[in-house]
Amino acid sequence: MNLHEYQSKEILRRFGVVVPPGDVATTPEQAEAIAAKFGTAVMVKAQVHVGGRGKAGGVKFCPTPADAKEKAAAILGMKIKGITVEKVLVTVAADIGSEAYVGIIVDRASKKPVFMVSAAGGIDIEEVAAKTPEKIRYHPVDVRYGLHAYEAMQLGFFLYPDVKLARRAATVMQQLFSAFMASGCSLAEINPLVVTPQGDVLAVDGKMVIDDNELDRHPEIEALRDESSEAPSEVAARHANLTFIKLDGNVGCVVNGAGLAMATMDLVKYYGGEPANFLDIGGSSNPEKVVQALRIITSDANVKAILFNIFGGITRTDDVANGIVTATKANPLNVPLVIRLTGTNEEIAMKILQDNGFTASSDMDEAVKQAVALAGRGGKAA
Amino acid sequence: MSIFIDRTTRLVVQGITGRDGSFHTRQMIAYGTEVVAGVTPGKGGQTFEAVSGAGESRGVPVFNTVEDAVRATGANTSVIYVPPAFACDAIMEAAASGVKLVVCITEGVPVLDMTRVYPFVKEHGARLIGPNCPGLISPGKSSVGIVPGRICIPGNVGVVSRSGTLTYEIVHLLTRAGIGQATCVGIGGDPINGTNFIDCLAAFERDPETRAVALMGEIGGTDEQEAATFVKEQMTKPVVGFIAGQTAPPGRRMGHAGAIISGSAGTAAEKIEAFQAAGIAVARRPMDFVELIQARLH
Repeated sequence: MNLHEYQSKEILRRFGVVVPPGDVATTPEQAEAIAAKFGTAVMVKAQVHVGGRGKAGGVKFCPTPADAKEKAAAILGMKIKGITVEKVLVTVAADIGSEAYVGIIVDRASKKPVFMVSAAGGIDIEEVAAKTPEKIRYHPVDVRYGLHAYEAMQLGFFLYPDVKLARRAATVMQQLFSAFMASGCSLAEINPLVVTPQGDVLAVDGKMVIDDNELDRHPEIEALRDESSEAPSEVAARHANLTFIKLDGNVGCVVNGAGLAMATMDLVKYYGGEPANFLDIGGSSNPEKVVQALRIITSDANVKAILFNIFGGITRTDDVANGIVTATKANPLNVPLVIRLTGTNEEIAMKILQDNGFTASSDMDEAVKQAVALAGRGGKAA
Repeated sequence: MSIFIDRTTRLVVQGITGRDGSFHTRQMIAYGTEVVAGVTPGKGGQTFEAVSGAGESRGVPVFNTVEDAVRATGANTSVIYVPPAFACDAIMEAAASGVKLVVCITEGVPVLDMTRVYPFVKEHGARLIGPNCPGLISPGKSSVGIVPGRICIPGNVGVVSRSGTLTYEIVHLLTRAGIGQATCVGIGGDPINGTNFIDCLAAFERDPETRAVALMGEIGGTDEQEAATFVKEQMTKPVVGFIAGQTAPPGRRMGHAGAIISGSAGTAAEKIEAFQAAGIAVARRPMDFVELIQARLH
């Protein structure tokens, strides 16, 4: 789960990281009032879960409250990579001496959280990583010991030769690591970590991604979820315990298992079609999930054919068949349905489907070809 | 022969009395797996009833701890079906009790928990498979986990995959074409897992029965690229590979924590290129495995 900048900064602040004061506004008037309250120049920053918002014009410097109102009016409602900006963060503009990057991710290779730090921070950090990797220091941490003081100092000195600044940076490393572990992060970053001309070290931007598997034991973080920033279909899918990602094609896909779901989408593409979505109904045997899955897929007007690809292991194919029958009785489909089922209770499933006027195959390749052909004809049967 | 499990496997089931644990224990016993013990804290002394493949009734003793189970039965392998909040402790309990192979089926284990568990398991000299995996099966010998036994037949192909149902799909295609398997291993799709592709490839290379390997990877991370390097430098046996997620949009999570593309590291195109550069034949569709494997067995 992605946190917004203002949420991440609030967590960092709780762990002692110095963050410029700021408040969230949903209207230009609120932005103006917040800027007036601070009485200094502010930054107005779009709060959306996509990168590159600065380059898209979603971050503006505002010397006066009137300016903040005007810029907030322009940013609120703006679309950045397809997502509408609903909130802005109005935050005191810092004097920037230098900008560094400090991030932690869980690294698959070392199987540890890894610090990445660079004195060349700011909006072009990806380019730094690609073109001058020697400017980034990587440091894995053994979570059983935590970040030792000497490790934090090594990282601090990598950023700043001055011992005072290195010490301040080392403190930030410790605080960021504590926040990372305590919040169940898969990523936490401060970019930029700014040194002001006065020698203060502060986090001007912060980003956190929480491991979804941690949310059960972190209800306080689950409560930060902002559903207005997600596609409505993806919200509905999560409530139904489905994993769903909307795409731009016209073949709706309902599959059990993430790997098979991706392979099914790939095969749709292989035969010249375009998948409308990724949808994994998971391993459980619950007809209601199938009903929900069909509801979500049919709400997409682009979908011209729907393909079920179910390999029953834990999933019982008869449960899926019952779900299809129930869902289509309640809401008859306007697009053709191609069903491929094999595995656990296949014979029972086939009988249920036949009794209700459906045909089904047991061959994935054939089913995908058929679904692509139907979608290509605008969804009309041959 | 086979890898990791065979007729000498003596299995203890952690979470044997739970909904998933009891169902799959009955399946494993029916398949012929030597299930010697179960563990559920507080239910020590009970007997878990099941029926063998030959139709004989079997009573499996239940213990409070893995330590008790190992001492009483000589269990050498464990399989875990406990909820995610308890899975890491269950893995460590098994490793600390002397179990040499620990298979964790549980899905939803926090990845930071795994950063503690992984070194613990290593230090105890055990191998972990999973978490969030279907387990493994050596057809005709032993099944540990949830892979449906009826889709497999014994043979000479090693199968290793990050996915569950995609593995079933491909194993099923092989079986239908009469191509049997030495062992099928699902290593799981999580970012941190106990056993990776290279561990399995190395074991298949050593296994005299295995003559070719089918490898199913997916987008995210660099495991497949590292596996490709290993195949190129250290394997004599032919490998056929597949990458799921060619149509996945960058930056989106596709269900598996593993299936994340970040930056350029981990795209399907990159992985397919690494396979080809290492001499791994690439299956474009699941059904292509049949022909590609067949050609390498003769």
